[in-house]
Amino acid sequence: MQRRRKFPKMVCGNKGDKIMFGRKNKIKESVADRIFLTGVYLFLSILLVAVLYPLIYIVSASISSPQAVSSGKVWLWPVDLSFKGYEVLFSNVQILTGYMNSLFYTLFGTLISVTLTVLIAYPLSRRTFFGRNFLMFFIVFTMLFYGGLIPTYLVVQSLGMVDTRWALLIPNAIAVWQVIIARTFFQTSIPDELVEASEMDGCSDIRFLWSVVLPLAKPIIAVLVLMYAVGQWNAYFDALIYLKNPDLHPLQLVLRNIIILNTGTGGIEASEMMERQQLADLMKYSLIVAASLPVMLIYPFVQRHFVKGMMIGSVKG
Amino acid sequence: MHDDQLIINCPSAFQLYLLSRPHSCYILINLIAFYFLVAFTKKRIGVVELKVEIANKTSPNSNAVQVKSTILANAKKSIKRHWQLYLLIIPPVLYFIIFKYIPMLNSIIAFKDYSVVKGIWGSEWVGFKHFEMFFNNPQFWVLIKNTFYLSLYALAVGFPIPIILALCLNEIRNGVFKKTVQMVTYAPYFISTVIIVSMLTLMFSPRLGIVNQLFSLLNLESIDFLGMPSMFRDIYVWSDVWQHAGYSAIIYLAALSGVDPSQYEAARVDGATRLQKIIYIDIPSIMPVATIILILSVGNIMALGFEKVFLLQNPLNLSTSEVISTYVYKIGLLNANFSFATAVGLFNSVINLILLVVVNAASKKISKNGLW
Repeated sequence: MQRRRKFPKMVCGNKGDKIMFGRKNKIKESVADRIFLTGVYLFLSILLVAVLYPLIYIVSASISSPQAVSSGKVWLWPVDLSFKGYEVLFSNVQILTGYMNSLFYTLFGTLISVTLTVLIAYPLSRRTFFGRNFLMFFIVFTMLFYGGLIPTYLVVQSLGMVDTRWALLIPNAIAVWQVIIARTFFQTSIPDELVEASEMDGCSDIRFLWSVVLPLAKPIIAVLVLMYAVGQWNAYFDALIYLKNPDLHPLQLVLRNIIILNTGTGGIEASEMMERQQLADLMKYSLIVAASLPVMLIYPFVQRHFVKGMMIGSVKG
Repeated sequence: MHDDQLIINCPSAFQLYLLSRPHSCYILINLIAFYFLVAFTKKRIGVVELKVEIANKTSPNSNAVQVKSTILANAKKSIKRHWQLYLLIIPPVLYFIIFKYIPMLNSIIAFKDYSVVKGIWGSEWVGFKHFEMFFNNPQFWVLIKNTFYLSLYALAVGFPIPIILALCLNEIRNGVFKKTVQMVTYAPYFISTVIIVSMLTLMFSPRLGIVNQLFSLLNLESIDFLGMPSMFRDIYVWSDVWQHAGYSAIIYLAALSGVDPSQYEAARVDGATRLQKIIYIDIPSIMPVATIILILSVGNIMALGFEKVFLLQNPLNLSTSEVISTYVYKIGLLNANFSFATAVGLFNSVINLILLVVVNAASKKISKNGLW
């Protein structure tokens, strides 16, 4: 890919001329550079620690003993290794329900989203498809003017989706951006000759999509799946708006209720309460780890795929 | 030349940027889509206009009719040939109509007194009553101010840091260290908003939080960070930087990786220092991307996301943490004042659009970089 860029002229002046010829000056320069580079390393190292520390701290706290966490003994590494937090976690019905619900929403939500995205993105990529410019406009326009929270809610309500699982699967099923990426991928990586050849052989459009395009589009399908899945797993807003029934709540909403709103710790006898309180506090750390585990486990693979998929999708804007 | 360069460079970088904010940040995506929309329509309309013009020049009447009839013929041919494709798009198109276009129509309830019994179309028209109510509301200026300050602060911090990070990473050739930094700084991006706020709640809590534990070690008084109106913006902005800086840097790294190596070689021969290379090669090469992101962010100042602000809110810090989107949610869904909330939302969208247009015009005048 050729890129045209405007570069300003190098401005080096007299100093630069000297450096070119004088050996002494060259060494001097490299010292300055070395100091600069050290600064860069220092900055990045500080950043690394700043980002990493909270993550390590949360994990360490989650596998420490309740007393150690409550008395503030945990600074970096776990103190008095114990898995009590997780034991409490997995005996909590509310959390387990949330976990199962989140798995359900992620699985089916992703399935629906990816299917719908491919269905619209593929025809949009075909050059001989009449009306594709209009269709593209039709889709992109929805990003420009968001109908608004309340009007959207009214529609979902009138469809009878409020307080059903459908409310998390359907109303936000298609992200326009994913459609654009998928379309770009189809456009650039499925050559027109392939379509022509199969048309000559009497292959129908649907069959072509199913047995030629989809196998070729595995990288972009993977990107779509990952993006939608991570989005669905992390979402809480739709659930907050549409779901009242706690049995349907995804994990993120349960998490919010327990940690941020701090509900679920009732008043009990003072002595017993102390211990319970400690355990409840510990459980919050475990809950955070358990809730981000699925995403963090796939993260190393996801990350590479994201960047790769993006490069494929963005060859031709 | 300059505009060409924009079109060539931006989409790839843009896509990276967009992908970095999938579901949660609708607003930025909106605006970037706006850019695309404008690019698309401009191209298409331009072509169509040109054709019509040519047609008109030769012989105005007969050719116009001809153009029309060939379009119709094309449509017929295409539908006959690709009827299966038209079948495929039915479900997604229905989706867009039902969940995107019907809500747009529904937003006329901003000009009505919506009542559940009468329905959207049966409710009475009240003109600009709800808008006036909002403007005369004592909350009005507080909301505007809070939204504006928070976004501006987030922009002032969140815009330069990814650039600095990318420039630094670009300086390093050492594989392992570079990869580690990248890997670690991307990671928080995948953590959900709820978890970020949960972590903040735990770490800054007045009783057990690690920050206050540290304070007590240093014999300082413990502070309820999350309950202090003055701390709300700092917490919001810096945690956002913590979460997004690494991922936002990808777009700049992509732009930097496209720099022709011979530029660096030439600079080295001329004896440029590392800093000079950054100033004269790296920064100019990421300028187009940076300008666009800046325009989008400035245009977005009033369109602050709901999710994180809402989670960080509590009765104590409401004086700085109540922004327009959370207000709409509370008035609309919790108090069931549908018409008023819709009016507030509509007002906000209009302001956004105006801001974007103004900022874009200004940027075009100053730097010749713009969205359209």
